[in-house]
Amino acid sequence: MEIQVKNQIKLAILSINENVAFARASTAAFSAQVDLTLTEIDEIKVAVSEAVSNAVIHGYGSDPHKQNYVELVMNLYQDKLEFIITDYGRGIANVEEARQPSFSSDPERMGLGFVFMDSFMDELEVLSKLGQGTTVRMVKLLVPRTEH
Amino acid sequence: MLKVVTFMKQGILVVRLEGELDVCGANEFRTAVDEALTATGAKHILLNMQGVSFIDSSGLGVVLGRYKRITQLGGKILVVYLEPQIKRIFELAGLLKILTIYQNEEQALDFL
Repeated sequence: MEIQVKNQIKLAILSINENVAFARASTAAFSAQVDLTLTEIDEIKVAVSEAVSNAVIHGYGSDPHKQNYVELVMNLYQDKLEFIITDYGRGIANVEEARQPSFSSDPERMGLGFVFMDSFMDELEVLSKLGQGTTVRMVKLLVPRTEH
Repeated sequence: MLKVVTFMKQGILVVRLEGELDVCGANEFRTAVDEALTATGAKHILLNMQGVSFIDSSGLGVVLGRYKRITQLGGKILVVYLEPQIKRIFELAGLLKILTIYQNEEQALDFL
């Protein structure tokens, strides 16, 4: 049986640094329809910011002369929020290595992107193929809180 | 959007930030602070983060980059005020082990 999606937003975002803030704000707006704490919404914003930044900076290499798009799909299910970030850029040679702390292809970056995604979300899945792109799927579980 | 204000006080480069320290903010921060460091020859930086509402690994990277530059020349970075959600990110990144956080600018300046 297919699990029913209660709500869905799909965005195609031009791959420029300036749009990372928009992607982040849209996930906060999408998350606001469910009962989450401000801390949890902050966690989602950081995790999505990391995934979209990676797509813009590493996936497409911040090339302003190319019309590259990062896709952001947000799904609401009964028990979870799901965020899927896809780019069709250069891909990651070794996903396991890239997910390690302090791995970065740039000395001024700390290689903490995947660490934050991992720490702040309940599920993290990274699919990548060299020359074809990367998809990051993240889930935040909705834990019912007791009413007062 | 990140607003960066820099000025000199008691021989220290004061940097006040307002807004979001993401990949865009990180670029603005790097340009403004590196230009000010070169122009003033300041040894220490007071980094007032009170107005920062968001930070991710791009923002942390640029703070760490300035930390490396300053400490290599024997200087210090004094960080003033972190919102709880920002502090949590600093902690997770291990930055609280190398940086002391002050409650306000006066307290930080007194320390030097």
